[in-house]
Amino acid sequence: MATAVPVNLGERESYLNAGYGFKSWLLTRDHKRIAMLYLLSITFFFFIGGIFALLIRLELLTPSGDLVQADTYNKLFTMHGQIMVFFFLIPAVPAVLGNFLIPIMIGARDLAFPRINLLSWYFYISGGLLMIYTILAGGVDTGWTFYTPLSTEFLKTNVVTAIFGIFLAGFSSILTGLNFIVTIHRMRAPGMTWNRLPLFVWAHYATSIIQVLGTPVVAITLVLVALERLLHLGIFDPSLGGDPLLFQHLFWFYSHPAVYIMILPGMGIVSEIVCCFSRKRIFGYQAMAVAVLGIAVLGFLVWAHHMFVAGISVYSALIFSLLSYFVALPSAVKVFNWTATMYKGSITYQTPMLYAFGFIGLFTIGGLTGLFLACLGMDVHVHDTYFVVAHFHYVMVGGMVVAYLGGMHFWWPKISGRMYPEAWGKLAALIVFIGFNLTFFPQFILGYMGMPRRYHAYPPEFQILNVLSTAGATILAVGYLLPMVYFVWSMRYGPPAPANPWNAAGLEWQVPSPPPTANFEEQPVVTWEAYNYAELGELPENQEVPVVR
Amino acid sequence: MFSRMPFWPDAASTTASQVDALYLFLVMVSAIMTALIFTTLVVFAVRFRKQRGQSAEQIEGSHTLEITWSVLPFTVFLSFFVWGAVIFFQERTPPQDATEVYTVAKQWMWKFEHAEGQREINELHVPTGRDVKMIMTSQDVIHSFYVPAFRIKQDVLPGRYTTAWFRATKPGTYHLFCSQYCGTQHSGMIGWVIVMDPRDYQAWMATGGGNQPMTATGQSLFAQFGCATCHRSDTQGRGPSLAGLYNNPVLLEDGRTVVADENYIRESILQLGAKVVKGFKPIMPTFQGQLSDEQLNALVAYVKSLGQPAAEAQPSAAGMVTAAQ
Repeated sequence: MATAVPVNLGERESYLNAGYGFKSWLLTRDHKRIAMLYLLSITFFFFIGGIFALLIRLELLTPSGDLVQADTYNKLFTMHGQIMVFFFLIPAVPAVLGNFLIPIMIGARDLAFPRINLLSWYFYISGGLLMIYTILAGGVDTGWTFYTPLSTEFLKTNVVTAIFGIFLAGFSSILTGLNFIVTIHRMRAPGMTWNRLPLFVWAHYATSIIQVLGTPVVAITLVLVALERLLHLGIFDPSLGGDPLLFQHLFWFYSHPAVYIMILPGMGIVSEIVCCFSRKRIFGYQAMAVAVLGIAVLGFLVWAHHMFVAGISVYSALIFSLLSYFVALPSAVKVFNWTATMYKGSITYQTPMLYAFGFIGLFTIGGLTGLFLACLGMDVHVHDTYFVVAHFHYVMVGGMVVAYLGGMHFWWPKISGRMYPEAWGKLAALIVFIGFNLTFFPQFILGYMGMPRRYHAYPPEFQILNVLSTAGATILAVGYLLPMVYFVWSMRYGPPAPANPWNAAGLEWQVPSPPPTANFEEQPVVTWEAYNYAELGELPENQEVPVVR
Repeated sequence: MFSRMPFWPDAASTTASQVDALYLFLVMVSAIMTALIFTTLVVFAVRFRKQRGQSAEQIEGSHTLEITWSVLPFTVFLSFFVWGAVIFFQERTPPQDATEVYTVAKQWMWKFEHAEGQREINELHVPTGRDVKMIMTSQDVIHSFYVPAFRIKQDVLPGRYTTAWFRATKPGTYHLFCSQYCGTQHSGMIGWVIVMDPRDYQAWMATGGGNQPMTATGQSLFAQFGCATCHRSDTQGRGPSLAGLYNNPVLLEDGRTVVADENYIRESILQLGAKVVKGFKPIMPTFQGQLSDEQLNALVAYVKSLGQPAAEAQPSAAGMVTAAQ
């Protein structure tokens, strides 16, 4: 059993002090350092995307389009979507926390292909730089969905550079997924059987399958859009004999599973946190592992529920509607099993646990409103309205971003070797929760009232709810800025973290904080089940630990 | 029913009240489930908070419980599916005798042409109590015809027709939105649907004056482009007879059978050899690029009228043959 060992940051070698020059970071093959490269880059893109979101909300404060021009507004929501989806949500948890934790969690020294891991970051950052170039060169206004023939024949903006930016980010995603699959298959420590894998690892395994199988499709599709735009091939443009719906089928074949790329790792995080702060093994380990795989597989069979009013046949709409309901089965298992895990637990309310509560609640609302959209007669009315915007953000922000923040707080002591200020953490979690609901709940009502999405100006009867939403967005922004500030602050002033500040299960808590470059001094041998909280006992009363200076 | 509630949209079609009922059902079921989960979470969080001298009790899990709490909600959710499917099926099955309005969408306006020949831009006048079928196409990108008060929405595609129908119930002026992002002035591609009492509607129709019905426009185009030379009403023409074509099955050269809907007629005019009727050769010249969308609509309206309850349309088609000869 791991115990809190006093640490001396000055002497002990860790991945953080293994080298200081630019070269030691930019040419590193250490999965932990690559995770840090990703952390810095996705945080940068999160704030770019966030600034666009704030500008969108400010524009929508009044019904008339008075803050920015229509073209500018269209660029703002396009680039907000593209950056948040492809440069933040998809890489956020896998490339940062997954990258950092998966090898340690399974008892390996690194990922299977460290060089490919580094290459994936270079793909990502090249794609990111192309996006930055796209923004600086005047932006792009296709909507993040690139619907044809608008994107291929009608817009005069930087569509092609944006496409290749996303194309490169896609390859980074494929490489990360490939690396995880091989690592999880081949690099597990002796005794780390499939039945003992932390659910965080299972969630990333399921995610990786989608990344490897789905991303090539969107990559090819976007290249076709670029080729159609440059050479007028007539693949998607009906005036050249193409089919615009073909694009939508291909795009959603990836982009629906992509939302599971974004949410499954978050589910993995929540499983770890709920167990730790309830001091319990997970309720129904097998069901939880099967559920993430089930979501990954079923996620590939529901894409056309984005196209019920697009002009597909009644019968294919019926089939895709029915199949969409099947995704509710594993999702319900996850929500109920997390809840059941708390039963007869010994629950404490540290910041990560607050985020986990937030996740379960907001994901429940996000999931249930998803059933509204899978319901054909209902979807016809609310499709392409703010109802969809609200649903999507409940899953992606209320689910994914909240889980990501929970995970960052949970593993921050491990990553940085420092404790974050707990009181500030709780305050920020509360602000995020309030700000989030105030921003996005009114949008459900707006959607049912009929306010279409992507509207630069809107009829005055929608204003009250839009004002509420904008007010919420400013609160949410504060909630996001706070952790940024105190995480950075804690790197210098936070109390040094012991190896296992939460007395949590999992191999990652048995290595020092921050871990040494090689992770383990000796090859660990696993003889226990995941979440062996029966043996670990209670959370330490007092997190203050003696510090050797 | 709920129109006096704040933040509730107008309901002005037969579909609207059905969708509202479904929505309320979904909201209620979801609210109950959310309340259950939230209450359980809060109760557990308080009841099982860390207490001195008490430690957590480890529980393996229970497949029985897992199956219960996934399958039970699932069966409830299936009721969502069935109810939604029934409404959708109605929405996608326009009544046979509906009044037709041909719609051409373009960046960034809506052009409507009533079967009677009345034309409008960004405004659509319809009477209460009559089924109206929208036959829509786009000149450029994908748009979407969305009338929140009717709870209907249908994407409008370039290169083909999509249809939607409604039966308005309450006079008034309602928003028409384009709900598929279509470029710079997407949020300006809006208009009004003006629902009138049938009597007012008749009066409005009469004010236009000098409009000829779309079938008549189509008929003169039919003559102008020489269609009648081959598409004769008897079976002797080089092209198949068009009488009674609309909404009936057509046997094709490749063995398939398709129903001759608006899209079939449109495609057959524009794309030589796309679907060739059995026993005929693809010798018709293509009209791609020679007809405006409005002219095409008129031709389609005319072809559809051929062989309909007969009497008026067919003799005139025969008349055209003689005229063309």
